[in-house]
Amino acid sequence: MFTDTGSFVTETRISAGRRLLHRVHLDLPLLVGLLLLAATGLAVLYSAGERSGELVLRQLTRMTLGFGVLLVLAQVRPATLRRWAPWLYGAGLVLLLAVLVLGVVGKGAQRWLDLGLFTFQPSELMKLAVPMMIAWYLADNPLPPPRRRIAAASLFLLVPALLIAKQPDLGTALLVASAGFFVLFLAGLSWRFMGLLVVVLAVVATLLWVFPNPLLHDYQRQRILTFLHPENDPLGSGYHIIQSAIAIGSGGPYGKGWLNGTQSHLDFLPERSTDFIFSVFSEEFGFLGNLLLLAMYLFVIGRGALIAAEAQDTFSRLLAGSITFTFFVYVFVNIGMVSGLLPVVGLPLPLLSYGGTSLVTVMAGFGMLMSIRTHRRLIAT
Amino acid sequence: MSEPAGQFSRLRLGTVVALFGLAALVLAGRAFQLQVLQQDRLKREGDARAVRVVPLAAHRGRILDRHGQPLAISTPVDSVWANPAELMGARHRWPELARALGLKPAALARRVTARRGREFVYLRRQVTPAVARRVRALGLPGVGLLREYRRYYPAGEVAAHVLGFTDVDDRGQEGLELALEEILRARPGRKRVVRDRKGHVIKDVELIQAPRPGRDVILAMDRRLQYLAYRELKRAVLRHRARGGSAVILDARTGEVLAMANQPGFNPNDRSQIRPGRYRNRAVTDVFEPGSAIKPFTVAAALERRVVSPRTVIDTAPGLLRVGRNTVRDVRNYGAIDVATIIRKSSNVGAARIALATPPEAFWRVLDRAGFGQVTAVGFPGEAAGRLAHYRHWRGFERAALAFGYGTSVTALQLAQAYTVFANGGRLVPASLLRLESPPATRQVVSRRTAQRVLAMLEGVVSREGTAAKAAVPGYRVAGKTGTVKKAGAGGYAEDAYLAVFVGIAPVSDPRLVMVVTVDDPRGEAYYGGEVAAPVFRRVMQGALRLLEVPPDGVLPRSRLLARVEGGA
Repeated sequence: MFTDTGSFVTETRISAGRRLLHRVHLDLPLLVGLLLLAATGLAVLYSAGERSGELVLRQLTRMTLGFGVLLVLAQVRPATLRRWAPWLYGAGLVLLLAVLVLGVVGKGAQRWLDLGLFTFQPSELMKLAVPMMIAWYLADNPLPPPRRRIAAASLFLLVPALLIAKQPDLGTALLVASAGFFVLFLAGLSWRFMGLLVVVLAVVATLLWVFPNPLLHDYQRQRILTFLHPENDPLGSGYHIIQSAIAIGSGGPYGKGWLNGTQSHLDFLPERSTDFIFSVFSEEFGFLGNLLLLAMYLFVIGRGALIAAEAQDTFSRLLAGSITFTFFVYVFVNIGMVSGLLPVVGLPLPLLSYGGTSLVTVMAGFGMLMSIRTHRRLIAT
Repeated sequence: MSEPAGQFSRLRLGTVVALFGLAALVLAGRAFQLQVLQQDRLKREGDARAVRVVPLAAHRGRILDRHGQPLAISTPVDSVWANPAELMGARHRWPELARALGLKPAALARRVTARRGREFVYLRRQVTPAVARRVRALGLPGVGLLREYRRYYPAGEVAAHVLGFTDVDDRGQEGLELALEEILRARPGRKRVVRDRKGHVIKDVELIQAPRPGRDVILAMDRRLQYLAYRELKRAVLRHRARGGSAVILDARTGEVLAMANQPGFNPNDRSQIRPGRYRNRAVTDVFEPGSAIKPFTVAAALERRVVSPRTVIDTAPGLLRVGRNTVRDVRNYGAIDVATIIRKSSNVGAARIALATPPEAFWRVLDRAGFGQVTAVGFPGEAAGRLAHYRHWRGFERAALAFGYGTSVTALQLAQAYTVFANGGRLVPASLLRLESPPATRQVVSRRTAQRVLAMLEGVVSREGTAAKAAVPGYRVAGKTGTVKKAGAGGYAEDAYLAVFVGIAPVSDPRLVMVVTVDDPRGEAYYGGEVAAPVFRRVMQGALRLLEVPPDGVLPRSRLLARVEGGA
């Protein structure tokens, strides 16, 4: 085809550096986007952590570990990933059950497994294992899948999501569910079914809200109430939201400049180096900085979408799409919550927030994206 | 919508990407709303939470003695304050806080809850550095430390009455601290700062007003003489079980108050001990009848009008004199004696006869010009003026009684100031508590000749034949006058309550110092001025003249000279 010929011509002109990157299975645009975000993250962290080099160093270590995981996974062929999918999913499910039985309680939730040297959150594994499992399950047959398979795939999604929600960790449950849902959607879930889903979800949500039940914890109910009327509780949980809005707003159009933020530094803002790091960024870099940050995220997501679109087998396409979209949900939910558009759900801002586990998961996902991109067999060869 | 079977839907991918683009637009829109549209409101709200105006402490001026030795200084201390609204939220940590502050938990709770609506309450003022450290270590939200200054008086009780003290806000309450408030007071500054939730200052925004420390004040006081005077006065008051006493030393040439001590005293550094009555600067606030100490003025007035000369002999027999229905008495019958002897023996009859021979107007004028009945220029808070009736209102006996110091009242400072007339060739030097940079304006009260004649008579008082032999200072010629005053109480004079007075001038050849000593109500065997007050004068003056390196003008007793020669050999 004409387009394919064109791409072949491009491929022959690639520079030596690019060839090297290709040999280690790295995608340059995606890598640049990730590195830019990671650098931004370290800079903001330096400011949020009161110029503590220690905090930045620890995060740098984690990032290095994350990039290491990315590099390793980029070498694994998509076909191998596909073979792993059911085993990974099975292992994740067992671990989730293990957490439920003998997990470590931290911050009021049972999410961690103490492995002696370090603690491990099986829910993080599920962020990748669920879309891999569903993609594996659906890719074997022609798309769109029949209803029977959709039902089975929905089970693959709902069981871990509910287990995670019970920990309770609503944020991660939401991410796992949406990762699985994106696979289903991209596989060709009928629009009618989608409409039905929206209605069912709305009804279930209303029922959960109206009737006391073990699925919606009091603190979660409180968060939603607070989100709707933060000014009713300015000293309690509404405090986060108001203070965060003040920090963002006081940044103005151009920001106060790096390290010059005050609102976000006054201890008025809790979790400023983790979940609420966007406030710190916003105050120091202003509206203009926010546009740039969104542009960086959109660039990464756009590249991911392109990788998905140009992937050569169904499994790869579904997985790449899901990973990319889940990444966006991450960003959207965090910024939405910090700027007061969504209720407070404990999700970090990927690549900017301080913290290790979710960073490694995100990097692992991008490692898979790079593998999918760089293991294509060029038609021209 | 139908899609090609078995194929990955680019349409669906595109749909999601478009939806995400929309979502990103929503986020950008929200950022625009917060950062552009509501920027001003949110900035204001942020400032309302974090921007505060805080005071900048400035220290009060120091009070120094004439040689620059500190008498009152301000040392930095911390006060613990709290924001009750925030502290209410940390009730479970109040017991810790109370322990750190050394307060009872109930007292702390009362303090905080009483002002719960406010943003500021002092938990404890001016704490020790150890307490401040403990409070800081607790790191409680809404609890902070405020830098303040606390007044410290290095001389302690020695100069306490003159200096007075300040309140906890560093405002002068008594004494010179009050009188010199305008000079000493610090003008604290103010600055706008950004504070975090715990009240720690993160950043200075602007200086609204720079702090201005108070100015230093240099007193006329010589700390060494002050100490000497205080020590000897205290010793005498204790020894004679007296109610109190005062001692004032003036520089005879400039009127500067080199020392002013009182008993009973107080420790200005421990304010819990302060009881009204103990902190009265009696030398300035309390009046007494001068008694015999006024006789030199009686004689001076008569000498001025040439009513008598020093050699004029006056018959004082039989030791009493009837004036109308009253009787003037001497201790014993001195017979016919000259004026100098009247002074030396302190004969009331002689003094009364001299006064009755002097025109009332002339007598009054000398007393008036010597400052009797008028406040001095020192400007001390609560200074008493004393009393001197105008001569037109004098009745017969009043005139006679005035001659030996009854019916008028003075302060110790007034009396010392009046005696500068005899130390200065007839000129009165106004007293000053502040060190003078140039000689003060003086006032001629009597002629130089008269002053010298009276001074010579006063030297006779401090002799073996006089009433104040115990005021003699080895090596120096000393002049002086005793007084033993029956204290006036309610409804007349008390039978057994006296005030012992001695006023002295040294050295006679070139007077440098004038000193007044009063001992109030000595309850031992001795109560005469020459017995109780004169020894204080001698002890203080001996040290003071040496400290000031005043050359001796007298003859050292033989025994001392020998001791000195032997010691040197």
